[in-house]
Amino acid sequence: MRPSGNEREGRLASRAVQAAFLIALIALWYLATTRWRVSPLLLPNPVVVLRDFWEILKTGEFIGDLRVTLTELAAAFAIAASCGVVVGYVISRSQYRIRVFEPLFAGIYSVPIILFLPLYVLFFGLGPASKIALGATIGFFPIALNTIAGFGYVDKMLVVAARSMGASDVQLFRYVLLPAALPIILTGVRMGFTVALLSIIGSETIASLAGLGHRIVHLAEGMEMAPMFAYIAFVVAIAAILNALMSALEARGKRP
Amino acid sequence: MSSDKVAIRIRGVSHQFGEEGDARHVRALRDTTLDVPRGELLCLIGPSGCGKSTLLNVIGGLMTPTAGSVEVAGKRVAGPMPRDIAFVFQENALFPWNTVFENVNLGMVFQGVPRAEREARAQRALEAVGLKDFAQHYPGQLSGGMRQRAALARALSLETDILLMDEPFGALDEQTRMILGEDLSVLLARADKTIVFVTHSLGEATFLADRVAVFSARPGTIKEIIKVDEPHPRKPDFVTSAKFTAIRNELYALLHDEIRKTMAETSPSAAPGAAP
Repeated sequence: MRPSGNEREGRLASRAVQAAFLIALIALWYLATTRWRVSPLLLPNPVVVLRDFWEILKTGEFIGDLRVTLTELAAAFAIAASCGVVVGYVISRSQYRIRVFEPLFAGIYSVPIILFLPLYVLFFGLGPASKIALGATIGFFPIALNTIAGFGYVDKMLVVAARSMGASDVQLFRYVLLPAALPIILTGVRMGFTVALLSIIGSETIASLAGLGHRIVHLAEGMEMAPMFAYIAFVVAIAAILNALMSALEARGKRP
Repeated sequence: MSSDKVAIRIRGVSHQFGEEGDARHVRALRDTTLDVPRGELLCLIGPSGCGKSTLLNVIGGLMTPTAGSVEVAGKRVAGPMPRDIAFVFQENALFPWNTVFENVNLGMVFQGVPRAEREARAQRALEAVGLKDFAQHYPGQLSGGMRQRAALARALSLETDILLMDEPFGALDEQTRMILGEDLSVLLARADKTIVFVTHSLGEATFLADRVAVFSARPGTIKEIIKVDEPHPRKPDFVTSAKFTAIRNELYALLHDEIRKTMAETSPSAAPGAAP
């Protein structure tokens, strides 16, 4: 369906308000550092931050840390997605297993798994391995839970209809179960990706040897506030790009 | 009746859900025997829970009865028989992520129709139900009546001798129901299929059926069979004829007592102390 003129106008108006809000925030930030004389050790001037941001982009000094973080993310996400979908599918095949594991997973997912970071660092060291393990653990649950929901609650009527027309097990999976479950699984995969990214950058700021989170903490400890803010902006931009990419993939996969 | 004239042979079919003594134990159907001759449209009518849908599922091989057997095309039914039997369900049995055309096509994929034949057969079936112009629509974009037409097209495209319809118009409004009933009568006069049609509408049963099997209250069995001697396709003015009214009234009288019995059994005020 194409949005009507009114709808489009409404969307445009809310976009304008969103933009105005961000501009006002940056204006306040600017005023705070100039007129209100907040110390640059607490809040650096946004113009300086912007200059440092370009500097970081130009010199490419971010490449090493970005590579570490993205590698950790890719590994964690690959583990979370493959384990989550396989485990979720296996559980979804029996009502008994759904009754046992769905509340269990939902319960574990609701505790802050980041608490296990010190343990993971003990097990896997300060390097990327502990970040991958944590990201994979945290990303696993939304993916597994949504896979259970996707495959476990397919409308029985559709299954009966397919069987009555002679669908084989493979055909039932390919033409009924998978298309019914896919939109829900994709939502879980996107959520898993987002929480894996959050937990990896978060754990880099707590205990690590490299990565974007590590870099930000390193700059903070050196009181280099402007470059630190520039790196925060950089991470926000990277996260926004990755999440937008995942949302686009999700929307693509959901198209009938 | 000789075996080549009988399309469906039902012998002593009983069915119960759950085990005896179980809290959820229900005797749905008891010792039902019936022959459905080739080309007949048989309506099953009865109070809710009388086992008419259960019988339909047993005929179609979707349920294995606790006792008795059903024979279709000379074979004992032990599971779905997609080459002989097609279903039209009450609603929501279309795949929502497929277009109308894809839904019809997929049924034939499941049944094993060669690719080269599918397109033409799908077109024919959609034309027969008047949905040719909606082939590329998704079920969600159609009205309830059109969705049931699409489900009917999917069943017709399978070109089975037997069609089982489980309250196919049950969720539709009275007007849509009437029109679909008229169209179905025209369609069936041409198609030469054996049809078992579950409904709770007396008018629908009278209008469509060659015979109406009236079920008793649960555990249900066939209480009486009423013939409707009127050729297909039936004209809309059949509904206003004296014959229609007489048959409808007869069905009403038969059904009325059974519905009362069902109500007495299920409503707590009528049967004090019956509930555990």
